Amino acid sequence: MTTGLITDAQNTWCPGCGNFAIEHALKDVILRLEAEGTPREQMVLVSGIGCHAKMADYLNINSFYSLHGRSVSFATGICMANPDLKVICCVGDGDAYAEGIAHLLFAAKRNVNMTVLVHNNRVYGLTKGQPTPTSPGEYHSKSNPYDTGEITFNPPELLLSAGCSFVARGYSRRGKELKELMYAGISHSGFSFIDILQICASYLDKTEEYGGKVYVPLDHNPDDFDAACRLVREYRYDDSGKIALGVIFRKERERFHVGVPLLQQDYGDKKSFIMRFIDGRR
Amino acid sequence: MDECSVLIGGKAGDGINLAGQMIARIFTRLGYYAYMYYDYPSLIRGGHNFSVIRASTHPIGTHRSGIDILLAMDPTTLRRHQNDCKRDALIIYNSDSVQSDAGSGIPLKRIVEKNEGSAVMENTAMIGALASAIGMEWESVASVISHGMHRFTEKNLGIARDAFRMQTEKKELKRLKKSPGILLSGNEALSLGLLSAGLNGYIAYPMSPSTGILHFMAGASGETGVQVFQPESEIAVITMAEGMAYAGAKTAVGTSGGGFCLMTEALSMAGMAEIPITIVLAQRSGPSTGTPTYTAQSDLHFAIHAGHGEFPRFVFAPGDAQQAFEWAGHALSLSWQFQVPSILMTDKTLSEGLYTVAPELLSAHLPVSLPLWEGPGEYLRYRDTEDGISPYASPPLLGHVIKGNSKSHDERGISVDDGMQIASMTKKQMKKIPYMKEAVSQLNPVQISGNLDSDMCLISWGSNASLCREAAQIVGMKLVQPIVMHPFPETEMLAATRYSGMTFLPEDNYSGQLADICEAHGIPVDVRLPRFDGRPFTLDQLVEDLWGFVE
Repeated sequence: MTTGLITDAQNTWCPGCGNFAIEHALKDVILRLEAEGTPREQMVLVSGIGCHAKMADYLNINSFYSLHGRSVSFATGICMANPDLKVICCVGDGDAYAEGIAHLLFAAKRNVNMTVLVHNNRVYGLTKGQPTPTSPGEYHSKSNPYDTGEITFNPPELLLSAGCSFVARGYSRRGKELKELMYAGISHSGFSFIDILQICASYLDKTEEYGGKVYVPLDHNPDDFDAACRLVREYRYDDSGKIALGVIFRKERERFHVGVPLLQQDYGDKKSFIMRFIDGRR
Repeated sequence: MDECSVLIGGKAGDGINLAGQMIARIFTRLGYYAYMYYDYPSLIRGGHNFSVIRASTHPIGTHRSGIDILLAMDPTTLRRHQNDCKRDALIIYNSDSVQSDAGSGIPLKRIVEKNEGSAVMENTAMIGALASAIGMEWESVASVISHGMHRFTEKNLGIARDAFRMQTEKKELKRLKKSPGILLSGNEALSLGLLSAGLNGYIAYPMSPSTGILHFMAGASGETGVQVFQPESEIAVITMAEGMAYAGAKTAVGTSGGGFCLMTEALSMAGMAEIPITIVLAQRSGPSTGTPTYTAQSDLHFAIHAGHGEFPRFVFAPGDAQQAFEWAGHALSLSWQFQVPSILMTDKTLSEGLYTVAPELLSAHLPVSLPLWEGPGEYLRYRDTEDGISPYASPPLLGHVIKGNSKSHDERGISVDDGMQIASMTKKQMKKIPYMKEAVSQLNPVQISGNLDSDMCLISWGSNASLCREAAQIVGMKLVQPIVMHPFPETEMLAATRYSGMTFLPEDNYSGQLADICEAHGIPVDVRLPRFDGRPFTLDQLVEDLWGFVE
């Protein structure tokens, strides 16, 4: 294998795409984890389908390029079978908030030990600009030329109500903070959710708006659930209010586990169970 | 009598299924092969449930129309099934709720009250009365009851004993030398087969008639360590299971038609990403929600063609509990050997029917051991090889990356759009098919029985196989049962039917799905015998139909 963290696959993101910054932040976090003693081979990246998902081709680590919306549930299976792996899901906003919303909320409810990075550009890029659950209400495209009266999802608030044990928000143009959030999320024991605001250079460029609204609150206590709820309500993905970045909520609780992980299972136990079962029926 | 059919009926909640199992156990204790068919609507309390339990001196897997002993727990049972009784049948009825001119009345309610039992124990009284009628000794009855009822055993024994003494009318069944085997439902046998082949995980969402497997596996998880989980949907079920397989765990899922519909996108992913996965598809009557607790064999074309795009897969359809054990093991092992999905089809009749299996026939499978990748060079998840099978590895693999991909990809697992690369990966995946055919041809993919010299041939699949095996014996026909449905065992099927002058094919579907497949492979089917009312054929109905054609 090549020793670098970037493969030789041709990069096809648009110039100015927010994904470049996310890719490089994640690369740096992987290098940091490696330097601290987590072998690269212990990490697995699972992606959905969309622009974000090309991370699986571009980063030279174990990966599974899964289906639209299903990466979190696929990753749950990996975590169940081998809890020693560090599992990172890169997902999109259409991917995780529309098609795969159930899997995302259930993984939070279960506190599966994985980190979910949502590349939230608030638009479907690869299919050419249709609205996602976090697109602004006034956003129109070829698939939604008229108003429908819908409001946007507020993902961090949704995740808080689903019992998520680590909720954070980052911004692709605030690389230093983003790296810290990714590192904190991956280090958190349990389910970590990071909503990463990113601009879509082709369909929804909010660089100017985000630049004026994002801030890092100085006195927020992420152990305080009520304070976390208040903080995420400052911004409802509707282009009003200030956008707080950083760790919004963090709590240690029991991690999801099922039966005996693969490597500790013993075939002898299965054989003796079968013998006992047959004898019991005699 | 050397053969006996008992029908016990009552309301849902009366414990008809449990009573049926106890009666089947009484029969195996007396040395008979037993089979139970359980008929129930989709509700929790009330309604009409019944079990037909048949005892025979030879192996059986089907029930008969004529009833020798009718056990009526309520008036509905007597009203609905009186006409199913043979002329000399014995009727035992609950005299506390049923009015009847003929038969023996046993006051089930009063017996239970006298013993301070609860209403659900009335079935125990009925079992006591039946045991007495067929001439069983009390000690044997007591032993069956103690074995089958772990809670309130003493109370149940008291209730059974009172009814046992009260029942004076006899219809004796002679005691044979030794028990031919143990009782297993199709779902239980299949679960044991998966475990025996080294199953590591079972993921499922409840859906009749596959739910029994989920309950069985969850019950077995403590002692076996198998990871058993019920997630939020069938889509989560299969994607989670495939994630487990990526991490190296041999995983199966179970569902029925509706759930399988939801799984098809990820079935296709298993095809593209070459993920080994075993899917139990327990058929029930459809389309759509259909009739949840009644049988069908109408998903054969669907199982073979489900999922978009083209990819190799196995589809197996065992016909009884012993075959379910055997082929569940093969399904798991072959899916790992070839890194393809395998679909194990059952139907309600097989999944929930109770069969007698000789324990020595449950010979252990050994978990397939995969050649581990040892180099040299770079690990390529989709390495092109002579047989199309790329060495499997799960993370962590020191010094290497493992890239799985649901998109068109190169040997490393990196996405590609290039036409030559797309075509070459498709060819690599399709190269497996002749090797898959070769592997199943070693495992007797087509069972042949009955009168081998006859030019009349009965073809059957799934749970109909045990029915047809017996019918073929009676009518003097040859029986041909394909267990491997895909890749279709064409050579074996053509050889088995070559000298057949007339071919019959009963199936629990409207169009004749296996008949279509046979004809596409040059095997003419002269008479299709479709059934699509959710009920399996009884032996007598099928034999009568066949005699009609033969004579």
